Amino acid sequence: MSVKGKVWKYGDDVNTDVIFPGKYTYTIKERSDMAKVALEDLDMEFNKNAKPGDIIVGGKNWGCGSSREQAVSCVKERGIAVIIAKSFARIYYRNCFNEGLPIIVCPEAVDAINMGDEVEVDFESGVIRAGGKEFKFPAYPEFVQGLIKDGGLIPHVKKSLGLA
Amino acid sequence: MGKTFAEKALGRAAGYDVVANQVVTVEPDWCMSHDNGAPIARTFKKIGVKNVWKPERIVFILDHAVPAPSSDHAVNHKEVREFVAEQGVKHFYDVTSDGGVCHQKMCEEGFALPGLIMVGSDSHTCTYGAYGAFSTGIGRSEMAAAWATGKIWFKVPESMKVVVTGKFKPGVSAKDFILKFIGDVRADGADYMSVEFHGEGIENMSIAERMTLCNMGIEFGAKNAVCRPDQKVLDAIKKNAKCDRWEPLWADEDAVYAAEYHYDLGDIEPGVAKPHKVDNYGPISEVKGTKIHEAFLGSCTNGRIEDLRAAAAIMKGKKVAVRTIVIPASWIVYRQAMKEGLLDVFLDSGCVICNPGCGPCMGNHEGILAPTEAAISTANRNFKGRMGDKESFIYLASPMMVAASALKGEISDPREAL
Repeated sequence: MSVKGKVWKYGDDVNTDVIFPGKYTYTIKERSDMAKVALEDLDMEFNKNAKPGDIIVGGKNWGCGSSREQAVSCVKERGIAVIIAKSFARIYYRNCFNEGLPIIVCPEAVDAINMGDEVEVDFESGVIRAGGKEFKFPAYPEFVQGLIKDGGLIPHVKKSLGLA
Repeated sequence: MGKTFAEKALGRAAGYDVVANQVVTVEPDWCMSHDNGAPIARTFKKIGVKNVWKPERIVFILDHAVPAPSSDHAVNHKEVREFVAEQGVKHFYDVTSDGGVCHQKMCEEGFALPGLIMVGSDSHTCTYGAYGAFSTGIGRSEMAAAWATGKIWFKVPESMKVVVTGKFKPGVSAKDFILKFIGDVRADGADYMSVEFHGEGIENMSIAERMTLCNMGIEFGAKNAVCRPDQKVLDAIKKNAKCDRWEPLWADEDAVYAAEYHYDLGDIEPGVAKPHKVDNYGPISEVKGTKIHEAFLGSCTNGRIEDLRAAAAIMKGKKVAVRTIVIPASWIVYRQAMKEGLLDVFLDSGCVICNPGCGPCMGNHEGILAPTEAAISTANRNFKGRMGDKESFIYLASPMMVAASALKGEISDPREAL
């Protein structure tokens, strides 16, 4: 599988409060409504204009802070194809796989990519293509590949319990 | 080669010897959820399993917005109550005088115990390391899956050793130390790691101070944070341990660490986290005199009786210059503060005392800021918009500094108010 999309690039330590503000945690319940407030306290341009297939590129420690999974759901529901970052905060990292949202850790690619660039990611061969350059990233552990293939943790658990 | 705390705790739970970076699947001793139990219950139902794996291992504590400030929140609470009844969830703390902030309740009710594996659908679940537990925050899907299967996977983390010696000078506290430490190691300093606090500096601290340290573990990326379960902890849990599965565990002398830091508490001075990041440390000399509009004393980080005593000692007989919100972390703390006359001190000073809960910490209610306003707060996060408005500013500080600043209406050095 490969994806190609326009980049929204941000810096280090982008936290879950600016991705999905805390004041909405118990008032917004539908995933489609979560998508509407995505990145509201970080970048209103993204909030208004991000399109399905677009790609988010972040610095180190993307998604630090709260464990709120809506900070992943809102991005996934918005149709973001993949998040590429220098590193991810631990709970966000797990939440992405549990939601079936692909993420890539690749500091070299992050340094080479600018806001608005067109970037291609080939998941089969583990390659990011940006600005005429190629950046390799390692394959996910087998367990994580299974999660992504099944569409996240809940479908994966259903399948493993024979309830799918 | 010796073992770290994380290797011992996860190995004990897995039933075999483990080393860092190995993936293990374990059964959690406790699964804690708060108001977000409602959306987790909806996700749980999608799995198609009729009953949770062990209703006696599940804890629900309503705290994030209590009593419900809106119809949406009320519906949320209603769904939690229905799920608790339907599944026979054994440990439920509703909006009653048995309640309080979830992490405070988990500790004071005897759930937090040495050596246990504790997961919570809240990032500050790492607080229970103050009692020697391996505790960490997880997302909603993961909690729903844990309820259904009784299992959760972990990569055994590498560990960071923080060795602390010495004693605080007057006017300085555990919050000042942890804010300085986070400023040094940065917000990702311990990403994916287990953080162990060692040394006589920690032994000298109360459990409340250790809770402040472990609570802030997530703010520098830790998977869990932990202190050695010493006699103080063993004495504290004697009266109400909620199970007998616990066992005191600690790292071996020759355990291997990915990083090691040394601090002397005597070198620490009062300091804050400036807007809008927790690792944006500033010593008091840099921020002194900054105008504030609100002071907040409370939260799972600093809403304990020890914190209220420290703040009241500074406020006693004086009037606050800005609106000051005091929220004891639980009704047990509230009652104790009442008995000790601390609530009178706060009321005489002009503070507003709210019912135990998370209050304004995450922007739900009870002290939301207006655009351009600044607050000084004893909570754990100062992210943009955290207290409800993205044009407002939050300075994180110790209870003593919050009290001293409330009296002057500007960020003030607590050492001058003692």
